[in-house]
Amino acid sequence: MPDTHSPAIRSNQPADAHAAVYRYDEFDKTFIFERVEQFRAQVERRLKGEITEEEFKPIRLMNGLYLQLHAYMLRVAVPYGMLSSTQVRRLARIARVYDKGYGHFTTRQNIQFNWPKLEDVPTILRELAEVDMHAIQTSGNCIRNVTTDQFCGAAADELVDPRVYAEILRQWSTMHPEFTYLPRKFKIAITGSPNDRAAVQVHDIGLIAKKDEVTGRVGFTVYVGGGQGRTPYLAVKARDFVPVEEIIGYLEAILRVYNQLGRRDNIYKARIKITVNEMGADKFIGLIEEEYARLPRQKFYVDPAIVDAIQTHFAPPPWVDLPAISDSFEAAKAADPAFARWTRTNLTEHKTPGYAIATISLKPIGGIPGDAEADQLETVADLADLYSFGEVRVTHEQNLVLAHVRKDDLYPLWKALDAAGLGTANAGLISDIIACPGLDYCALANTRAIPVAQRIAERFADLDRQHDLGELKVKISGCINACGHHHVGHIGILGVDKKGEEFFQILLGGDAGTNAALGEIVGPGFDYDGIIDAVETVVNTFVKLRQPGEIFIQTLARTGHAPFKEALYARA
Amino acid sequence: MPVLDRGLPIDDRWTDLADDQDIPAEGAVIVSLERWRTERDALTSRRDAVGVRLKSNQLATEIADDLGSLSLVALEFPKFRDGRAFSAARELRERFDYKGEIRAFGHIIPDQYLFLTRVGVDTVVVPADRVGPAWAHALKEISVAFQPALGSEEGTSLLRRHLKGTVPA
Repeated sequence: MPDTHSPAIRSNQPADAHAAVYRYDEFDKTFIFERVEQFRAQVERRLKGEITEEEFKPIRLMNGLYLQLHAYMLRVAVPYGMLSSTQVRRLARIARVYDKGYGHFTTRQNIQFNWPKLEDVPTILRELAEVDMHAIQTSGNCIRNVTTDQFCGAAADELVDPRVYAEILRQWSTMHPEFTYLPRKFKIAITGSPNDRAAVQVHDIGLIAKKDEVTGRVGFTVYVGGGQGRTPYLAVKARDFVPVEEIIGYLEAILRVYNQLGRRDNIYKARIKITVNEMGADKFIGLIEEEYARLPRQKFYVDPAIVDAIQTHFAPPPWVDLPAISDSFEAAKAADPAFARWTRTNLTEHKTPGYAIATISLKPIGGIPGDAEADQLETVADLADLYSFGEVRVTHEQNLVLAHVRKDDLYPLWKALDAAGLGTANAGLISDIIACPGLDYCALANTRAIPVAQRIAERFADLDRQHDLGELKVKISGCINACGHHHVGHIGILGVDKKGEEFFQILLGGDAGTNAALGEIVGPGFDYDGIIDAVETVVNTFVKLRQPGEIFIQTLARTGHAPFKEALYARA
Repeated sequence: MPVLDRGLPIDDRWTDLADDQDIPAEGAVIVSLERWRTERDALTSRRDAVGVRLKSNQLATEIADDLGSLSLVALEFPKFRDGRAFSAARELRERFDYKGEIRAFGHIIPDQYLFLTRVGVDTVVVPADRVGPAWAHALKEISVAFQPALGSEEGTSLLRRHLKGTVPA
């Protein structure tokens, strides 16, 4: 075994004993196994023809099971992106036994299996239940998996660790009797850092956790009515501060207003963002406040005792006192330029001296964004055990994170990752692309997305060139439903069908971060071959215009879209 | 059509009246909201009980002032995916403190039954060819509830256990 600093391994505990995942108690276990058996019975009724496909559809969707272009797809929840190495190994096993040997991480921090057989799904769900996992409410018109900041509990800039609240919301929303047949799906994101890494303003509800400086009380700024899709909106602020004790009551009020008044006549107008914007934000917020004022708030009161009880699941791992500077890390950087390059993009500052947060890129040049093979998952699990308390996180940008790595361990970690095809030094760069599954898998898509991402990454394969360009977020959707987040890409690409042919529009200036912004379409679309050249034209224009130290989005903000438009269309 | 209570068919005393059907001299009747509004006097001057049907786009507030005269409110599911009645039922109970019978009718599937009981629905109208053990079974499949709602279940899950108390003034 390689050297390890893992206190768990050294003291013969399970290697992921300190991983910050919510561990099921007897009630959770009772529920999850009952739910598996319920679904098994539902599948049997469907296979026997006792219920119609129309009636089975919402049931299977509520259990994460889609019918895609070629096969069923099972979307497994990764609550707020946190996994233990035991869970990662189980995902690897499921990929190998029940699928084609790989899984696909999504922009909602979940993982999808693309080829399960319907009759195997109850057994897969049982395998998940054995490691405190499920696929509940990863689809359907219900409250979906709550997403959050992939660096929570480790980031130097964090004010409040959002995980305990995300878990409270997960439990509250699980099989909610009133809000499981909503007009449309409902997504909640939560962050505890002033630097928003969870894109909260493009969610149905976005929560920013903060602490009242005077009283020390924790609460949330509540945003409502954001979303991407066909009609993108940034969320509006409903309240500046809802104390944590009142958050469930407040969310009940929002959901009740939406459930009663959200549109059900048109699936494309059914999200809460449409309700908010058709009604007007002030009026909608007024209705929420009226509802909140009259509902029995004491019933929803979140006792500090529950916060404390759940907080124990997210206790910080046993970090040790280390010097802020690691000599071996500095020496490795000096000796190995490829490692040094990785450290520039794939590390984030940790709040504890001597530690770093490492992003594992699932975007190898030419690969499928977010895909991981079973062997790779097992490698990540092993490395997490050795170097990061047996904990793995999934990011909404479809990468993985080891959040607590000693700087001394970074070099051996990277070498092992690199050997497994997981060491690409491109986090945040032009080849770290978000792409939806597109026409390769999806029944809704108009165009391919994955091959576009692959070809852009190949065009910019030279890592030195990528590093020179700096942070540049490319996001690709294969249809207007925007699963690839094209509205908030620095460069967004939207695939559309034009008389049976694929066309790709370019949007510029989107941003999913704290300064959230929606990109604008620059002009007519490009065909499948032309889109790659067009992206390169945009990039070359940026290189010509940039001032020292500027990243793409800053140059664009300074110059406006005109020079980019001209470069793209002048010769036509 | 058969009416289920706690998963089993019951003898139903109610007559569901279409708007063009005459009001019988005797017997409990359920009428549309529109008919209730126009023929209220005729309905309340009878000896027997009156209930009102709400369509899924008619909120509980529409009937709030009349609840004292109504022994039953029936909530429609035009399609099982239309979940507005879940909120209507809950508002009838929680906001308007309605103690009469709440009945769900229309397109409802057994997998919704547990949720219906948890928002305050008492009885469900089911087409004769859909009556079967699935309904009673649906109430027993899941024994844990993670959030406060209506009904008798109390203090099961970790979250529920702690979701009690009062909001400080």
